[in-house]
Amino acid sequence: MTDPRNIRLRVPVITRLEGEGALELYCRGNRLERAVLRIFEPPRFFEKFLEGKHYSEQPIIASRICGICPIAYQMTGVRAIEHALGLEPGDWISRMRRMLQCGEWLQSHALHIHFLALPDFLGFTHMMDLAKSHPEAVRRGLRLQALGNDLISLSGARSVHPVGLKVGGFHRAPAPEQVALLQPRLQQAEEDAKALVRWTASLELPESHQAFTSVALHHEPDYAMNEGRVRSDQGLDIAAADYPQHFREHQEPHSTALYSLLNGEPYLVGPLARMNLNFEQLPLKVRELAAECGIRFPSDNIYHSIRARALECYFTILEARRLLTDYQPQPASVPDVPRDGWGAHCTEAPRGLIYHHYRIDDAGFIRSACIIPPTSQNQARIEADLYHGLSHFGLEHSDEELQFFAERLIRNYDPCISCSVHFLDLRVHRS
Amino acid sequence: MAKASVAVHKLTSCSGCQSVILNMGDNLLKLIELVDIRHFIEAGVNAPDAQVDVAFVEGSISTHEDEERIKRVREQSRFVVAIGACACSGGVQALRNVKDSAHWASAVYADPGYLDSLADSSPVAELIKVDLELWGCPISERQLIAAIRALLHGVAPVLPTEKVCQECKRAGQVCVLVSQASPCMGPVTRAGCGALCPSFGAPCYTCFGPSEQPNCDALGERLVGLGIPAQQVAERFVSISAGAKPFQRAWARWRIPVKELEP
Repeated sequence: MTDPRNIRLRVPVITRLEGEGALELYCRGNRLERAVLRIFEPPRFFEKFLEGKHYSEQPIIASRICGICPIAYQMTGVRAIEHALGLEPGDWISRMRRMLQCGEWLQSHALHIHFLALPDFLGFTHMMDLAKSHPEAVRRGLRLQALGNDLISLSGARSVHPVGLKVGGFHRAPAPEQVALLQPRLQQAEEDAKALVRWTASLELPESHQAFTSVALHHEPDYAMNEGRVRSDQGLDIAAADYPQHFREHQEPHSTALYSLLNGEPYLVGPLARMNLNFEQLPLKVRELAAECGIRFPSDNIYHSIRARALECYFTILEARRLLTDYQPQPASVPDVPRDGWGAHCTEAPRGLIYHHYRIDDAGFIRSACIIPPTSQNQARIEADLYHGLSHFGLEHSDEELQFFAERLIRNYDPCISCSVHFLDLRVHRS
Repeated sequence: MAKASVAVHKLTSCSGCQSVILNMGDNLLKLIELVDIRHFIEAGVNAPDAQVDVAFVEGSISTHEDEERIKRVREQSRFVVAIGACACSGGVQALRNVKDSAHWASAVYADPGYLDSLADSSPVAELIKVDLELWGCPISERQLIAAIRALLHGVAPVLPTEKVCQECKRAGQVCVLVSQASPCMGPVTRAGCGALCPSFGAPCYTCFGPSEQPNCDALGERLVGLGIPAQQVAERFVSISAGAKPFQRAWARWRIPVKELEP
């Protein structure tokens, strides 16, 4: 029996996260009192940057919230503004936008699995070491990531902060010759993605079972990406425009990301939540591969997120291939005319649900903007998970072991900490 | 001979320029053979105090913490390379420097002592000596590789200072300003992207910062003359490189005071 100890474990920087965060644990004896994920990404006031800008600048400014999932911020905003203007861009544009989202999911998931998560499960500190002992697996990951990037570049010229999306559609339709170059690569990538799924299925993942609420978009008949209603596995089923009535945000002094709660409770967004709600809508090939590998959803184990990401990699490759079959360029956009209006929209970013709304004036200038990124939605869930996970793990472990445990747990959520976008009008207390 | 050592630091930014490095694919595997990466948090290497030959710095200075960090980076690095629009100009978050942002900061912090924020977002070169600037939002992978190769050979990389228009013309593209009356910033923006936006039929939006001798007055007059609202023209100048002084002056000239906008 060890002596009770009062520790305050402070991990100043967590590596292999996108953006920077820190973790503080307050323990009394062998009891954890509080686990705090501190996000100290400097706030950048993005909603305020957008005020006064013409809506045509939304994709330019909002993408800079996050260099890892810029399309999520462009897509959600562009769709919300289209609702405000009463625009419906039509089937071809929706199809190409879904293809673009496939590219972002694929590159982001491939990056997360190989650079950020896998070293945890294989006992390496980073990808550079992993590359030395598992060169083929890392090359396979880099190939998948590169394919995702090239799917993005097809309509947007570059993968970080692409320039193709606009209100009303795209600036330009991809050339058929470029699409033709991607088709054989998509076909080859199927094998890479299947191998990746099998590899993640073979990993020994920790057992962790917790009750939590999963929230994701749901769309008939396909696996939701850019369109749909917000659903939870507890019966919530609402239109995006009703999001603010059910989800509330509040600020905690230790973080620049706001905490979002659903009816006062933490909830999960992201690939595991999507699988938990929408697995049955995946193409048969994806479900068969999952069954063959013994992967089942719904799951209450957050460590299964890596398998959800790998399955989504396979899904995006099949889906992008389907969407680009018999590709014919069509008019890339519908005309957009400014009008006074309000619009809201949700999409699924690689790391989970994202909500935007905008008020536009009759000259086309943005009067107000609201952006709720996935990480602020997951933050309360991460802290609840840390509290539960560490309590079960046992505080008798060394600080180093506690740190590794906590970091690995946090990385499951793939928090994208750059997205401290928020601005709230709060009462300022001054002494 | 020992490999050159490298650090990648992040200040206030979106992580996009680091993502360009993580997106390099085979070139990344080659890079880790050529140099010894001592610090790169997103890639899992954490040694912020490591002495290195070259420090790449992403992000602008927007907090006291950023100020402290960048001074330490200077002390422990032979060469400091600022990468991206944030490090080179203050980035999109330098919009706070031009807009009436005083109330933004005071309202957002319930406890301003815990999370500090400076009034302005500044380029790295405002605080320390910077040896090289790679512009772009994000940086161009080609320019980054060329710069690393040049530094490893002990020569200064050659980087463009001409205007996007010149790249655009050489590529034989149709001018979006002339043909579509689009508010293109190509005439005042530094080349280096390969005229990406115009090649997609979209107007340039200043990712690579101001070119040499940018004639913002003439461009602003031309755009307003095309019938683009003055407020929109003003806002186009203060976008990704909002910290750049020539762009701020152009914004001040064309903006409509907020009062006149209110209904």
